[in-house]
Amino acid sequence: MQLQCPMPKVDFEMITLGHGSGGLLTNKLLASGVFDLLKNDLLDERHDGAFINLQGKTAFSTDSFVISPIFFPNSNIGELAVNGTVNDLAMCGAIPRYLSLSFILEEGLSMQEFWEVLVSIKFACEKAGVCVVTGDTKVVEKGKGDKIFINTSGIGTVHPQANISLKNVNAEDSLVISGNVATHGIAIMSVREGLQFDTDIQSDTQALNSAVLTLIEKFGNDVHLLKDPTRGGVAAVLNEIARDTHLGIDLFQKNIPIDEQVEGACEILGLDPLYVANEGIFLSIVNSEIAEDYVQLLRTLPEGKNAQIIGKIVDAHPKQVILQSSIGGKRVVNMPVGEQLPRIC
Amino acid sequence: MKYLSEYRNPEVVVQYLDKIAKIATQKWTIMEVCGGQTHSLVKNGLLNLLPENVQMVHGPGCPVCVTPLHLIDKAVYLAEEKGVILCSFGDMLRVPGSKKSLLEAKASGADVRILYSPLEAVKLAKENPQKEIVFFAVGFETTAPANALSVIHAQREGLKNYSILTSHVLVPPAIEAVMNDDATAIQGFLAAGHVCTIMGIDDYYPISKKYHIPMIVTGFEPVDLVQGIYMTIRQLEEGKAEVENQYGRVVKPEGNPEARKVIETVFKICDREWRGIGVIPNSGYELRPEFADFDANIKFDVKIDKVEESKECIAGLVLKGIKKPYECSQFGKKCTPTSPLGAPMVSSEGACAAYYHFSQIANN
Repeated sequence: MQLQCPMPKVDFEMITLGHGSGGLLTNKLLASGVFDLLKNDLLDERHDGAFINLQGKTAFSTDSFVISPIFFPNSNIGELAVNGTVNDLAMCGAIPRYLSLSFILEEGLSMQEFWEVLVSIKFACEKAGVCVVTGDTKVVEKGKGDKIFINTSGIGTVHPQANISLKNVNAEDSLVISGNVATHGIAIMSVREGLQFDTDIQSDTQALNSAVLTLIEKFGNDVHLLKDPTRGGVAAVLNEIARDTHLGIDLFQKNIPIDEQVEGACEILGLDPLYVANEGIFLSIVNSEIAEDYVQLLRTLPEGKNAQIIGKIVDAHPKQVILQSSIGGKRVVNMPVGEQLPRIC
Repeated sequence: MKYLSEYRNPEVVVQYLDKIAKIATQKWTIMEVCGGQTHSLVKNGLLNLLPENVQMVHGPGCPVCVTPLHLIDKAVYLAEEKGVILCSFGDMLRVPGSKKSLLEAKASGADVRILYSPLEAVKLAKENPQKEIVFFAVGFETTAPANALSVIHAQREGLKNYSILTSHVLVPPAIEAVMNDDATAIQGFLAAGHVCTIMGIDDYYPISKKYHIPMIVTGFEPVDLVQGIYMTIRQLEEGKAEVENQYGRVVKPEGNPEARKVIETVFKICDREWRGIGVIPNSGYELRPEFADFDANIKFDVKIDKVEESKECIAGLVLKGIKKPYECSQFGKKCTPTSPLGAPMVSSEGACAAYYHFSQIANN
């Protein structure tokens, strides 16, 4: 992909403090191709903010990205920053429209790396059908950051048939997952310093808005809740839902899709895949009457090939998530305490 | 997954559970020694599937849980005051010392790193000749070979900036300590499969004989565990007390001679303090004098005051299997994984954390 956007010729190879000063160097950086790369009418106005017209119910979301390393198998922090906010809007039942894009760059970052991130942002925006309409760049001293931090905020128009809310979650609803768990988290871990292991596991980060739109158009308000189980994994999100709805959730371990390599890596690292971060999947809580059809449709979409019904909402054990293990046992799936730490043996 | 899925087969688990229920004519109390087994029992919900008269007791086999408080304080001190790069296995980081955990030391600026292998720490020492690298070498016999090998590698490379802070513990003396406690109710043991993979099973014959107790070397998957429990109960019902190997696909009777050789080259047996239990004679490894240059205890001769454990914490009784975690007055109240009073609540292998995270009892 990068080949289509060769890095412009610039007379600097790395980002320095001056590039965040707001002066000549900042202008030079932006003029080097940033504006051209993300070009659209609203951005081209180059004002302090963007003027936009939106009609109807609007969703607004923000997310910051501090991932390390910034390049990981199959993607990088730039694509993640776009997909992350796009997906948050999609989980609101919204069609993502506009993004803001803020960089905090660490002095010494190579222009080549910055450019690669920018190009990924461009393609991710095109794929998700969103525009970057406003942005900011700051530079911090070496050692005060970690190459690149990105914040994106996004605005989207809520689909008229969407009615996504915790209030709509009822006992007997079905819990659907769109794809394999733990893929992104394990892909990142495989390239972390000190933890590297040989694998071809790739991050599954992707925009989910198109799939969500298809599902909402077909199933409307039978889709009660959508969530993307990013940090804290499926376990954290389900615990939040159980806590906030005062309902219980039964999870069926044998239905939870996971890539064999990812499962193996979790075994070796001593991690529970339910607590590992995801980027390219989402959870749906839907009316149980349409659950089978919902999964069937989801499976026809590229984002949902491995979709499964993995659980149901119940009146029993309020505020608790209980996993029925593959061998027929039961256990409580608690909220993760902090980051999962690899076990000794 | 080959060698895993077969041992997770629900039908086979149910068959063994039925067999256990059929042969168990009275109440039996069995200790699984290893934290990994505890973790698997609760993670798979097996405890709820066993008949009521079969009681599993979680043993002291969680290395993180038994690492003495003052040693964690020492690791924190080295990281904070001596400017070393302190490397450790992941779950050691959250264990609270008397003032703070390594994770908190890291947050306040100390260079603390999570590694999967001590050999990575040796690499780090090579790459950072101006820095001292200390590896926090905790664990049972399972982690000892890699830790020993790291010292051999460092010596071979002529590295002067690598050392290990050793708190190695050994399983057989811990089993004896459990049995020597008058309050013990343990009637049979599931011995730790991974430890036996290294050390073999010879050590267990005299223990089994001395205490007249069945000892089954057992693996970690659901089928392993129910089979191990079945084998233990079969012996108990028949009045036998023998050593059997359920984990034969991995454990050879002689263990792994190469790994044992590496251990013997680098370490010698010493008395060792176990957190919550006290000093157990001949229950640990320390570096041999010829490797003193790699001993962080000698290299950084700092005196760390011993600190009293929280009086409310009954970790010692839990580790010896005399009390269940939920029998502690502070379980799930003052003591939770976010604010643990004792180490068994910290590590995911610790008996208290295992119960807290996975058991129904914790929240009811």
